[in-house]
Amino acid sequence: MAEPKTIIEKIWEQHVVHQEEGKPDLLYIDLHLVHEVTSPQAFEGLRMNGRKVRRPDRTFATMDHNVPTLDRYFVKDPVSKKQMETLKKNCEEFNVFLADIHHPDQGIVHVIGPELGLTQPGKTIVCGDSHTSTHGAFGALAFGIGTSEVEHVLATQTLWQAKPKTLNVKVNGELGTGVTAKDLILAIIAKFGVRFGTGYVIEYTGDAIRNLTMEERMTVCNMSIEAGARAGLISPDETTFAYLRGKRYAPEGEDFDAAVEKWQALATDEGARYDATVEIDASQVEPQVTWGTNPSMCIPISATIPVPEAAETASDQDEIKRALEYMGLEAGKPIANVPVDHVFIGSCTNSRLSDLRKAAEIVRGKKVNPAVQAIVVPGSQTVKLAAEAEGLNQIFKEAGFQWREAGCSMCLAMNDDIVPAGERCASTSNRNFEGRQGTGARTHLVSPEMAAAAAIEGHFVDVRNYTAKIYS
Amino acid sequence: MEPIRQHHGLVYPLNRANIDTDQIIPKQFLKRIERQGFGQFLFYNWRFNDDGAAREDFSLNQDKYAGASILVAGENFGCGSSREHAPWALQDFGFKVIIAPSFADIFYNNCTKNGILPVKLSEAEIETIVKKAEATKYLLTVNLEEQSVYDNAGFQTAFELPPYQREMLLNGWDEIAVTLTHEEKITAYEQLRS
Repeated sequence: MAEPKTIIEKIWEQHVVHQEEGKPDLLYIDLHLVHEVTSPQAFEGLRMNGRKVRRPDRTFATMDHNVPTLDRYFVKDPVSKKQMETLKKNCEEFNVFLADIHHPDQGIVHVIGPELGLTQPGKTIVCGDSHTSTHGAFGALAFGIGTSEVEHVLATQTLWQAKPKTLNVKVNGELGTGVTAKDLILAIIAKFGVRFGTGYVIEYTGDAIRNLTMEERMTVCNMSIEAGARAGLISPDETTFAYLRGKRYAPEGEDFDAAVEKWQALATDEGARYDATVEIDASQVEPQVTWGTNPSMCIPISATIPVPEAAETASDQDEIKRALEYMGLEAGKPIANVPVDHVFIGSCTNSRLSDLRKAAEIVRGKKVNPAVQAIVVPGSQTVKLAAEAEGLNQIFKEAGFQWREAGCSMCLAMNDDIVPAGERCASTSNRNFEGRQGTGARTHLVSPEMAAAAAIEGHFVDVRNYTAKIYS
Repeated sequence: MEPIRQHHGLVYPLNRANIDTDQIIPKQFLKRIERQGFGQFLFYNWRFNDDGAAREDFSLNQDKYAGASILVAGENFGCGSSREHAPWALQDFGFKVIIAPSFADIFYNNCTKNGILPVKLSEAEIETIVKKAEATKYLLTVNLEEQSVYDNAGFQTAFELPPYQREMLLNGWDEIAVTLTHEEKITAYEQLRS
């Protein structure tokens, strides 16, 4: 019998175009997603060297980072506008499909790939964006690349890649009621740190992972990069296939059944070995809130803000001190008492229909605290229309949330959606780095449910108590 | 890209762990469509106040580090976003070598595509370098051919780098041109798989 293999090794072997001693492998790329921020210099590089896009049919572009969410057709910042126009010109010149601001498929690149069925098990998927790991939820090998690599993929449809090490993140047990996929991935990063995945591709395994929906799996894989791993994936199963059936770019009819057979064979074999394994008990995970300036600076809602002196090394103490200072927080105080000024529900981590549904359940019939400005930014135009068809927009608006157009928005504040200096935001996004949501802005990463509850209360709150009746 | 074989230059120590690419180049400067001109925005929120004045409490603004070309930092340098604007900003500012105990994967790759040499040294070695560079104008030589780092006072150490990246940096090759020598294999792969 053949040696048991992980899905990572299987996908890798299926994509090696060329192998040579002492060199990385030349890997074929099945799908290249493109957006306006990391592509202009790559297209310019092609032009300067008289090169073409090798496979426009495997390249798919959209605009998301700069897109205004109030009046999407009016881009105030001339530099943003130029970047968006440049993408349009480049896509026309190089014959690449573009879901631009006028296109019904427009949205955050990591939301629309899956919803259109472009993202499929076994594919190699790249994009000039570190959250490309999101697509790993389908059992694809998906990772972020820089602009030089974007140019390389445009020109050759390949990349030179050293075979990564494999890391099994095994999630045992079951998540408790009111504890979400976002809490799980935050708890994983809090436990193992922001660099435990460096040099690895993560496979998430275990019962708790199997029980997640596709959208929840995307939330988990999305934040693999925050653990240092360029890619994080989940072996495909019936949940994956059910999600993909009927999607626009997924195979149809008999072709779909044939594809499922191939996809099933990709799943990691019993007994396959990983280079490393870590385990976590899902039943111990509580709703999480980050308190600091990287995603591992994260505690359960019941906990108090860390005290620098409790850290072991001087450099850890310094890091905590600096983070507390930036965040304007007092060590030793309960995180639940911290008031928020802004709430952002959106981003490639948590802006899908199920995220909006869950947040809407929390706010239904309630009012946003008068001290809080709260916005909901759907991940795509498709998500927005689907949410409106269910009346979610009405629930949010009646509660006092602003209901916006699709884009990356306040996750990184490249458009006008900026958190002012010194103000505090409960955000469903993925990065709480200094200045991420605006210069001097203070970001706390949470689940959509926790963000919604914070909007109502004006401070963080354990959503499990808050919503006992919703979950019962 | 420009080949890099050996570099001799002034060291700037920024002894923090987990310096992310949002700090190296904040998002408001990612809107330009050129590769050049990002140096002025390097570490912008650390270097400048809201009114654009240089912050005295940020060490890179000190005279003694003017002209520094070797950046020495803590673990996990370049974590976060894949933005290649980060190495572009470092390079445009004048940094040619970055020394850290560890780098984020995407950032490391991005450096080697732009002729910036990322050097991994141990925490102890970095501590030694940081101490010297904080105390005085400290010059280091980094030799990629020999894979060595040394000063003129007896400090010397070696570093590892994957052979492929070493070759690309030493020669300053256009990677796409190299890949296109495998054109037939790419086509054969596409025919087989379609």
